[in-house]
Amino acid sequence: MHGDYVSVEGVSRRYPGHVVFRDLHFGVRRGEFVCLVGHSGCGKTTVLNILAGLDAPDGGGVIVDGQEITGPSLDRAVIFQSHALMPWLTAQGNVAFALSCRHRGWPRARVREAARAALEKVGLGGAADRKPSQLSGGMKQRVGIARALALDPKMLLMDEPFSALDALTRGALQDEVARLVAEANQTAFMITHDVDEAILLADRILLMTNGPDARVAEVVVNTLPKPRTRAALHKLPGYHPLRDHVMDFLLTRSRTLAGAPAPGWDAKAPPEVRPAAGAPPLGAAAE
Amino acid sequence: MNRTVPAWRSAVLSLVLLALFLGAWELAAGTGAGGSGEAVDPEYAALVGQAAATGGQTPFPRPSEIGARLWELLRDPFYVRGTNDQGIGVQIAYSLLRVGAGFGIAALVAIPLGFLIGMSPLLSGALNPFIQVLRPVSPLAWMPLALYTIKDSAISSVFVIFICSLWPMLLNTAFGVAGVRREWLNVARTLEAGTWRTAFRVILPAAAPTILTGARISVGIAWLVIVAAEMLVGGTGIGYWVWNQWNNLSLADIVIAILLIGVVGLLLDRLLGALARGVAWQD
Repeated sequence: MHGDYVSVEGVSRRYPGHVVFRDLHFGVRRGEFVCLVGHSGCGKTTVLNILAGLDAPDGGGVIVDGQEITGPSLDRAVIFQSHALMPWLTAQGNVAFALSCRHRGWPRARVREAARAALEKVGLGGAADRKPSQLSGGMKQRVGIARALALDPKMLLMDEPFSALDALTRGALQDEVARLVAEANQTAFMITHDVDEAILLADRILLMTNGPDARVAEVVVNTLPKPRTRAALHKLPGYHPLRDHVMDFLLTRSRTLAGAPAPGWDAKAPPEVRPAAGAPPLGAAAE
Repeated sequence: MNRTVPAWRSAVLSLVLLALFLGAWELAAGTGAGGSGEAVDPEYAALVGQAAATGGQTPFPRPSEIGARLWELLRDPFYVRGTNDQGIGVQIAYSLLRVGAGFGIAALVAIPLGFLIGMSPLLSGALNPFIQVLRPVSPLAWMPLALYTIKDSAISSVFVIFICSLWPMLLNTAFGVAGVRREWLNVARTLEAGTWRTAFRVILPAAAPTILTGARISVGIAWLVIVAAEMLVGGTGIGYWVWNQWNNLSLADIVIAILLIGVVGLLLDRLLGALARGVAWQD
């Protein structure tokens, strides 16, 4: 997968007598948004932690920008599922802490200004001096987003960032992330099990089978035109075939394909399908 | 409690209970000290005291007598008339100084060591047996060793305070540091915060409430132990003063000492409580 910013090469996670996933191959190009979709237990979060450098794979490796990663990096900012804000710092303090790690030489005033600017970008300028305990769940996650984006990372990693939020807040934040990522032409990788979220945000959706021995069964290319918004998404031509394809996978094929790869399936190049473009789904033909 | 009660109502009840208690005490002590009319040699009585001369007991002081004596002591708490006659404020100050020194040194040892134990499961496992064996030992049991090694009674009592303050702070620091949430450490790692920045900007504030809870327990124990330690080593301090007044059979002074020890202990606890509130965070 030459030309990819991130290249995951043969990564696996094993426990004695139990393989969570193995021989995982995929890439993320610069400026591309890739979603990994699958049921819980297939090791999605582990994949993200390996990409972040928080966890080491039991086999294979991850190449970022031509170099194998050995640990976490400021270039790969993470938005955590549980927001992971430090409760003793204000919203601004949380962003400022990240900024002071990124720019060691910056004077305090400059860090403070940049932190406030980052919060204003996510619409939280007025809540900068509040502690996380005084913020709603959606606002906390906004601070988490501001903290990650303030670092100006080369890649954004998101681990089901909206799964703990109510539906309305989640929708608003999805639109917001879509806008922010598009504005910055941000390379991003996200874990989710929300189909609409994946269709809204992702350029490519990796479909992962159930574990144990989970695999990327196929890669769905999202050909719906950008920019996309939630309000207009379901009216786009091709949306329904795309959604049906991903839903079918989650509801049945993630189970039937588990441990039994379709003939011709290659771990290094899982089949690409374009359900929204009207092409027949390759995976379905192989069944 | 399900309902909140106005503060003044509980305060009034407190005062009523206090008045009842003191009134009952006054009456009981007043009747018990009825005069035994035996004739004794006045010179002998002057030498050993009226009560001893008549073969009776020293009457237990009444609250009114204690109140008068308290006023007397508090009017001039900081006088120094020789080594054996110093104001009660001076004695309390000596005790506080020893507690402060012992507790301070204990904090300087316990917090960094607790950090290491909390961060390293290896160190935690290795040191745990020692801590578990030494922790339940009464700090006064160290006194002979301290006197033998240090050869200075004042420093020995500081050492005893150090030993008794050490354990709660050490264990709480280790517990607090080990319990810092994985997600905050992961944030620090993805920010490439480094060891020192992570220790001071993430782990320390996260564990600070637990550490200060340990410090609060330590100060409470230290204030309990200093009285006993000073009774043993003598010289100065509120513990020594209590023992001295017992030798003088000044029961009123002993009651006053109990009261003042309680008040100072309360103030120490409040001080640490205020510090703990300062670093508390809410999730």
